[in-house]
Amino acid sequence: MKMNQNFSTVAQRSPSELATNKVLRNTYMLLSMTLLFSGVTAMISMALSMPPMTYLISVIGAMVIAMFVLPKFANSPAGIGIVFLVTGMLGFGLGPILTMYASLPNGGNIITLSLGGTGVIFLSLSAYALTTRKNFSFLGGFLMVGFLLVLMAAIVNIFLAIPAMSLVISAVVIMIMSGFILYDTSRIIHGGETNYVLATIGLYMTIFNIFISLLQILGIMGGDD
Amino acid sequence: MDWMQIVSALALGMFVIFLFPRAKDAMQNSPKGSSSDWMGFIIPIVGIVLFIMLLIELV
Repeated sequence: MKMNQNFSTVAQRSPSELATNKVLRNTYMLLSMTLLFSGVTAMISMALSMPPMTYLISVIGAMVIAMFVLPKFANSPAGIGIVFLVTGMLGFGLGPILTMYASLPNGGNIITLSLGGTGVIFLSLSAYALTTRKNFSFLGGFLMVGFLLVLMAAIVNIFLAIPAMSLVISAVVIMIMSGFILYDTSRIIHGGETNYVLATIGLYMTIFNIFISLLQILGIMGGDD
Repeated sequence: MDWMQIVSALALGMFVIFLFPRAKDAMQNSPKGSSSDWMGFIIPIVGIVLFIMLLIELV
């Protein structure tokens, strides 16, 4: 009787686990392709010597598309094209930022460390969430409120332009985005996110924000060399 | 004042307004975490902080 129950449990669990694994596999595959695509568009933008305003225009355009257009097409093949459009735009916007950092005396080092650091943070936190299989759904409210507060602080600092405040904001953004990596990965594992297009854009945004914040922190801290 | 500063502030302000209902909903509907749940979050975050300090030393 107990054996039958065990078989029944295995039989019931398998389809959902298979579905979860499929979402995870598709998410990581699409994420790696979009990261590569962003790298290509960033290099094109650098080669074209795009002006600094490109970053602002690209980020605003990409955010509008990601928030208002992508959810409508998330369940259709067009959703994949829109993810590439959004990530390509964000990568293109990075071009002038990377050009500016590359012109610093140790700019190459800052960019390499930011890129490598972002990779290490993402991979280690993903591995932590995947191996422990902890449920981080309790972080949802905390992360959203923290993100709103840091956005408001960023608005204030646009006008105040205090370097120390920029440093604190960047550090807090990395902490919050690290939390979102755990939260989003846990949502996929526990079946809270079944759409790999939306899962990909969520994880991509965390990686993008960590990279930008690391660039800023290392740029400020390494700027006096 | 630079027009890019104004556009950046406006864009961030719109983003805050867009996210506010979601944050409110997440606050009301998120399950409460136990102390062990929070430790499971705090430990890797401390690791990230130490890693960033290492990166600052390397730059």
